[in-house]
Order: sequence, then structure tokens, then C-alpha cells
Amino acid sequence: MNAQKTLDAKGLACPMPIVKTKKAMKEIESGEILEIQATDKGAKSDLTAWAKSGGHELLKSEEEDGVFSFWIKKA
Amino acid sequence: MSLKKMHASEVASRIINKNDLFILDVRNEDAYADWKIEGESVKSMNVPYFDLIDGVEEILEDLPKDKDILVVCAKEGSSIFVGEELVEAGVQNVSYLPGGMKAWSEYLEPVKVGDLPGGALYQFVRLGKGCLSYMIESNGEAAVVDANRMIENYTSFAEKQGLKIKATFDTHLHADHISGGRELADQMNASYYLPEEDAGEVTFEYTPLKEGDVFTIGEVTLEPLYSPGHTIGSTSFIVQDQFLLTGDILFVHSIGRPDLAGKAEDWVGDLRETLYNRYKDMAGELTVLPAHFSKIEELGENGEVSAQLDELYRVNDGLNVEKEEDFRTMVTENLPPQPNAYQEIRETNMGIISPDEEAQREMEIGPNRCAVK
Repeated sequence: MNAQKTLDAKGLACPMPIVKTKKAMKEIESGEILEIQATDKGAKSDLTAWAKSGGHELLKSEEEDGVFSFWIKKA
Repeated sequence: MSLKKMHASEVASRIINKNDLFILDVRNEDAYADWKIEGESVKSMNVPYFDLIDGVEEILEDLPKDKDILVVCAKEGSSIFVGEELVEAGVQNVSYLPGGMKAWSEYLEPVKVGDLPGGALYQFVRLGKGCLSYMIESNGEAAVVDANRMIENYTSFAEKQGLKIKATFDTHLHADHISGGRELADQMNASYYLPEEDAGEVTFEYTPLKEGDVFTIGEVTLEPLYSPGHTIGSTSFIVQDQFLLTGDILFVHSIGRPDLAGKAEDWVGDLRETLYNRYKDMAGELTVLPAHFSKIEELGENGEVSAQLDELYRVNDGLNVEKEEDFRTMVTENLPPQPNAYQEIRETNMGIISPDEEAQREMEIGPNRCAVK
């Protein structure tokens, strides 16, 4: 999946993955996609809830070797 | 002012002593709806931390001016983040819960339930999860029933009181929390007992727990009583003809559910037999001590959860369903959701899988949900 921007939040603990995601989202345009990589286990439920509350669309998420990747389309 | 810490033990004592506490829970809404810190004197409000990253101005008006405010999240990172924002905004008396809901889930409060010859019976109340475990001690000896996995709670308590733990018992194979019975027994060079009927797939050594056995702890006698229904092996204990440890068969406000091993239809008859015949034949003045509570209102004055058996026959709805057919419907339909990760928890308790501590913590998150209602 083609993302306009990629955020490396690996190794960061809550709340930093979301803090950085919010910031990165401000740097892309509506309709563009942000890819986020995180290792914090809480990231999945929190990113899902955050995207929903902001009206953004979580397009896809996957886990590989303890790294969670998310693709979020900006509202 | 700076951000303070309020440990789980302090939160527990506020709940038990009914001292006011205002909780700002910053986990996401699903997590809060599923499970939160509760108490008669506790008020709580949920605002996910991600809505507070850019500032807390919007919620300042909703915070009480005259109460201590505790910020809570899953672990602690976000509660520190939000707590510091509140302090910066000039809010007084703000603390965070170190370790977050994980620490809350693991905290045990030991409460003395009553005296026994040469000793006493203690209930270990796991406030965050509703699990109750027990230590029976007399003349320097002790036994632990339905131990939780945080076994240092029992070992340090025994050490302080100069007790030797001789035996650990599980009343049944648990599906809502990971048992510490085997590990505690190993560490204390004690024996671990489990009902044989529940141990079918267990991969480790244990001693079968059977009705007819009699255990002596100091001057105190423990008698197992076969009482199936929550599981096929569920076994209760009569302690010194004073206390009835019911495991997950009978609770103060409800009764056990028969479905967590996938056998609701098969076991409902056993549950009926245990509750409507076996227990009914016993002395009404026995003090019932269950392995769970589900609502914080079940806590007594000192934080203990108990009731007299004949009183429960008067007030507990689950003991007053006249028709067997209605009883069957009640315990097989309209059941609450199953506990989090209950299959994995059962497999862990059988030794089939061995998740690390972090994974065990995750599995146990959330309420116990072992009751019918």
C-alpha cells in the first residue's frame, strides 16, 4: 500500500505513538495515507479508537515480528 | 504543586474505607466500558488521552475542585502525560496510578474474615478483578485456596506471620485467572491439589483432590466436598464447620455459570443438584466464602465478601428458581460475555501453554465474569 508519509514509532511507549501520529497527520493532505510502525501493544486499540474519533479511516493493519503497521487515510 | 503517585494499595484502602476519589480514566472508550475502577465513594469520568494531547482546557470545568483526582490509564504513560498537563493548568491534588490498570488488576488486599482455633482465615481480595483467594492458618501452618498468580502476596504474608504453607488447593480449573497454586506449592515445597475430574489434560504433577480426604492445618480441619456444576470437578471446602468455601459454584449475589468449558448443557444438572440439594443439606449458619465477587456492593465493612448460607437461600435469586426448566434456561441462555482469553487461561492452568508474565497479564485484563448474572 502506497503511503505518502511513514512514521517510525517503534520502541515508543504510550502515549508517544499517538502524539507523533497526530503531528504527522497534520503534515499530510486530506485523502493521503500515513503509514505508522509501532511496537507498543496498546497501539492497535488506541490508534483504531483515535482514527474513529477523528473520522480518519484505518485502511489496514498487520503484525510482523512484533512490529505493528497501520495505514490511515486522512479525513 | 507537582504530580503525585497514588499506588493501588492506597486506591484499595479508599474504596474499602469509602473515602472520596475522583478518577479521570484516559483509556479509550471501549476499555473503559468493559472494565474500570469502581467503588461506592469513587466517581469516574472517561476522556481518552488522545483527546487531551493538545491540552486539557476543555475538561477543567468537569473536574471537582474539592476532591483528589486520580488519572488512570492502561499502564501509566498516558496518565503521567495527562496528569502533568493538569498540574500545569493549575489543578490541585492530582495523582496518577503507577502501573495503571495492570497494577490495579494485580493488587490483592488481605482481609481477616474470622478466627479459627490457633489461627484465622484470611480472604485475599483482588479488587480490580473480583477474584477471592484464601489463607487458612493455625499454629504456624497454612494452606492457600485458589491462589492467584501473584504468589509473592501469599509468601510475604506467610513470612511476616511466621507461617509455613503446607498445601495449596484449587477448587476447580479456573477460566478467568491464572492459578498460582502450582507455583506457590513448588516454591514452598508443599503439595498442589486439584480435582481430578478437572485435570484431564493437565500436563504436570498434582495431587488429586477428593471428597473424603481430611486435611489438618494446625488445629483446623478442612474437608473437601464434591460440588460440580461450574466445572465437572468443582470441589468446595468446609473449614472447621464454620466456613464454606464455594469456589465458583455459589456467590453472594449470584451463582456460577456452567459454560466456560463448553459444557453448559451437560453440567447444568450438576449445578442444580449442588445448589438445591448438596448445599441445602448443610448447616445454615456456615459462612459462605466464594472465589469471586462481581459487584463492589458485595464488599462488607472491612472489604470482605461473605454471607451466611441460610441468608443466601433467602435472598440469592439463583437459589430460588423453583422449576428445573426455568433454572436450565437461566444458566444456559442470556449468559454474560465470557472472560477475556478464557480458553488460553484454561490452557495455561493445565500447563499446555506457558506464556510469559507480560502475556499472562494481558490475558487476565478485564472483569472475571464467572457468574450467571
